[in-house]
Amino acid sequence: MGKQNNIKAAFRAAFPFTIPIFAGFLFLGIAYGIYMRVSGFSAIYPVLMSLTIFAGSMEFVTVDLLLGAFNPVGAFMLTLMVNARHLFYGLSMLDKYKNVGKKRWYLIFGMCDESFSINCTAEIPENVDKGWFYFFVTLLNHCYWFMGATLGGLFGSLLDFNMEGLEFVMTALLVVIFLEQWMKEKNHVSSLLGLGLSFVCLVIFGSSNFIIPSMLCILGALSLLRNTLTKKEEVLS
Amino acid sequence: MTTAQMIITITMVVLGTMTTRFLPFLIFPAGKKTPEYIQYLGKVLPAAALGMLVIYCLKDVSIFTGMHAVPELISIAVVTILHFWKRQMLLSIAGGTIVYMLLVQFVF
Repeated sequence: MGKQNNIKAAFRAAFPFTIPIFAGFLFLGIAYGIYMRVSGFSAIYPVLMSLTIFAGSMEFVTVDLLLGAFNPVGAFMLTLMVNARHLFYGLSMLDKYKNVGKKRWYLIFGMCDESFSINCTAEIPENVDKGWFYFFVTLLNHCYWFMGATLGGLFGSLLDFNMEGLEFVMTALLVVIFLEQWMKEKNHVSSLLGLGLSFVCLVIFGSSNFIIPSMLCILGALSLLRNTLTKKEEVLS
Repeated sequence: MTTAQMIITITMVVLGTMTTRFLPFLIFPAGKKTPEYIQYLGKVLPAAALGMLVIYCLKDVSIFTGMHAVPELISIAVVTILHFWKRQMLLSIAGGTIVYMLLVQFVF
């Protein structure tokens, strides 16, 4: 098989996984573009920010930052906090993103929640090049988000739709990905810890402050359980 | 804010995001052997990270007031049942989302 055929095959394998994200990102992207226009920014802002930041929730937060007083250090620190969960994604993908050539840098740049969860769990057919599969999942998601933000920024005021509730498509996607992981794994300790500890932290610390405590609790629990979980792996595999 | 200040602010957000994405790969580069503890985390973290992400998606749902997360719980149940039954990703997602849209637009 030639290189071009390889790339085409990877595209065809990756595309179906991104269809729900097409719906979700187009919708959320349009909402984001409209939100920026309503907040008084020209369309170029959502267009450029969707390309460069590519982290949905943080882009909404950035609108508030831009409307407030100038505080670059504060903006940097806040971003670290909101996006700290990416550290977990990176640790999870160290291996998978190892031997994929120069694409690696784009894969890391574009590792949003959705690209991470697909690339982390998708069962890629054997004859498909993994690196290109990861690449197209990331690139397609990036394009969808950019398209949505651009459409919202340019034509948002002309749209009239009752799409209330469509944002749930992202939750549904993540639930499905979680279930896929659940069906594949040998024991559910880590999945349950992730759900349970994050939920407890959400109740205690509230929606804007719970991610960092959750990450610390998960890290602590997984470190404490290292011996048990490693043994279980060995017995079962 | 002036345009320059806005550009600086956006640049800081880009830098912050990229820091969180690149840091693990810079600390543990591809050429060097990753410490065993980190390899262990790389194996067990994905499941926990996905669980955390599910909660993160639902973070703004109020459990104790308003609709008490009923539409969310029903729709997640639909997604789960469909997925265990047919195991077709798109079907589970579309089914759950349509149920959710109907619930928030017409029922609650």
